[in-house]
Amino acid sequence: MTVTSDRSAPTDAPLGAPAPKRFGGLLKTRELGIVLALALLVAYTAIDNPRFLSGQSIRDNLLNTAILAVMATGQAVVVITRNIDLSVGSVLGISAFAVATLMSNNQDLPMIVALLAGLAVGAVAGLVNGVLVRYGKVPALVVTLGTLYIYRGITYSWAGGSQVNADELPRHFLTFANDSILGIPWLVLIALVVVAAGSVMMRNYRVGRELYAMGSSPAAAELAGIKVARNLLGAFVLSGALAGLAGVLYAARFGTVDAAAGTGLELNVVAAVVVGGVAVFGGSGSVWGAALGALLLTVIGSALAVLDINQFWQQAIVGALIILAICADRLVAVRIARSLRKRDAHV
Amino acid sequence: MSDIDLGKRPSANRSGALKSRLTSWDSIILVLTGLVLVIASISVDNFGTSRNFTFMVLDLLPIILIALPMTMIIVTGEIDLSVASTLGLTSSMMGWLWNQGLSIETIIPICVLIGAICGVVNGFLITGLGLPSLAVTIGTLALYRGLAFVVLGDGAVADFPWNYTGWVTGTIGGGAVPNVLILIVALALIFGIVQHATPFGRSLYAIGANAQAAHFSGIRVARTKFWLYVVSGAVAGLVGVLWTLRYSSARADNGAGLELAVVAAVLLGGVSIFGGKGSLPGVLAGVVLLTALQNALRLEDVSGQALNIVTGSLLVLSVLLPNVTTAVRGNWHRRKLRQASAR
Repeated sequence: MTVTSDRSAPTDAPLGAPAPKRFGGLLKTRELGIVLALALLVAYTAIDNPRFLSGQSIRDNLLNTAILAVMATGQAVVVITRNIDLSVGSVLGISAFAVATLMSNNQDLPMIVALLAGLAVGAVAGLVNGVLVRYGKVPALVVTLGTLYIYRGITYSWAGGSQVNADELPRHFLTFANDSILGIPWLVLIALVVVAAGSVMMRNYRVGRELYAMGSSPAAAELAGIKVARNLLGAFVLSGALAGLAGVLYAARFGTVDAAAGTGLELNVVAAVVVGGVAVFGGSGSVWGAALGALLLTVIGSALAVLDINQFWQQAIVGALIILAICADRLVAVRIARSLRKRDAHV
Repeated sequence: MSDIDLGKRPSANRSGALKSRLTSWDSIILVLTGLVLVIASISVDNFGTSRNFTFMVLDLLPIILIALPMTMIIVTGEIDLSVASTLGLTSSMMGWLWNQGLSIETIIPICVLIGAICGVVNGFLITGLGLPSLAVTIGTLALYRGLAFVVLGDGAVADFPWNYTGWVTGTIGGGAVPNVLILIVALALIFGIVQHATPFGRSLYAIGANAQAAHFSGIRVARTKFWLYVVSGAVAGLVGVLWTLRYSSARADNGAGLELAVVAAVLLGGVSIFGGKGSLPGVLAGVVLLTALQNALRLEDVSGQALNIVTGSLLVLSVLLPNVTTAVRGNWHRRKLRQASAR
């Protein structure tokens, strides 16, 4: 997208390769940095206030991460293909409102219908993005900035100032957010499944490797016979569908849904993805890294509250963290480039 | 569109150049803007009144001013998403400094300077360390907005002197021309001349078209981009001051989300997100179009939020339509060639 990115893109490509050795490779991955940061943060906070590690506190943190992690999974896939999806916040809004309206009008519908409806709404929204990017040849940033407005506008004109309140929603829909199975809340379980499936797909399956290839060099991927159009549409549909799913989770968790639900969330999602080590010019990073990014951002927020630090610092820290993360990525990229050059010189 | 576009077709004769100029997106947007203004003043009650004109100018003030440097930045192929947060930070600082008892005359330059420093940080990270501008400015978007909240919390400072707040919302001699219009026209002229009539301005297009080639032609690519970010920050700082004075309220969340509106307006004006293409008149028309539409629909009691559909569709169409016409023209050209060879 930017000129500087083009120059550094090839040097970043090796980062995207899955860790070759089982454990030694794992230690070298970019995600380790986030795990360490997370561990340090949790340890420091827990020493200050042991209640930070209580069941309730962990549960709250995971519940708060779940929605962000689901969206970060889809975003990571899109960003890995050297695109971006800024419309996710609006897709969450339209899906949350659609599902909340559906459930308040049909009190007996089972939860699974709500989840599927959310997925479907999101998938259609994502398909529109994908078609415009691929066949309209409009840059993803422009398309999704446009649909960010369009989807939000549709939600506003549909809602017309009204909102769906918690008392209009069926009980089983609202309790879904707090119900748990085997001690794990449904919300967290869904997020875990999504992140795990996304990680495995990107790491071990052919389509995942093709998506990395497309991000490393779109032109080369096309020449190599990769079905770029199909994969790109798939990536956007996935991102949209997961944002739609997040909308259902949002409605279930918060109960009250108006047309503004999820406004501005796209920046948090992109932040989680970037902090999680997915480079904005594609071809590197991982889904589980992005999920860790989401977890880290959430934990920072709750740790500040526990440490009795002014809540207002949270956003500034998140910003600093994003910059730190891209600096780290750049450093690694430069080092890899240098070692590659040295190796070539010996040959 | 710019002459770079014309340069690709050296064979284009005068009428061809004229034709491509007439069918280019920035001409379309200019005509569209004119149409909207005419139709709205005929059919919407109170649209053409001088009072409404003042409101409209005040509404487009922040977007149009920030769009001036943003156009240059996007022409070089970069982006600055941190502008609205810079605005928020300067607004917060303005309130804080005012509470410290500084005079407004010293606060205003300090605030513009703070904006410029925000730009220096962006510029250093992007050109000094070579980080991608999209990621950096998403980071500083969060950082500057966060600092704004650290400075002022969720409170507001409101007791700014009347002669300053009154100047921003007032009109020249109480007539129909708002005071801030002078500022808009002056800055637009300066930026327009720099972008379209100086070697510096031409170098921006060269950088956007091919940064490496520009570098080898002796253009200081990194330095140019650095200063663009500094200017962008300073202008955002100035808008922070004007915003605060207009609403007579310094708040940390002032201007939240404005960055997307600015980028949308710039792209709507026909500037390519890949850089190297676009003109300032197109962007100005884009901003006026969006603001006039919003204003007219508000007078007609249509929800401003529903208007997002129009904004978003225009944004997508602004890039989609030229692509489609190029594709159609290409098909037509190929068919003509085929017919010629068959003969």
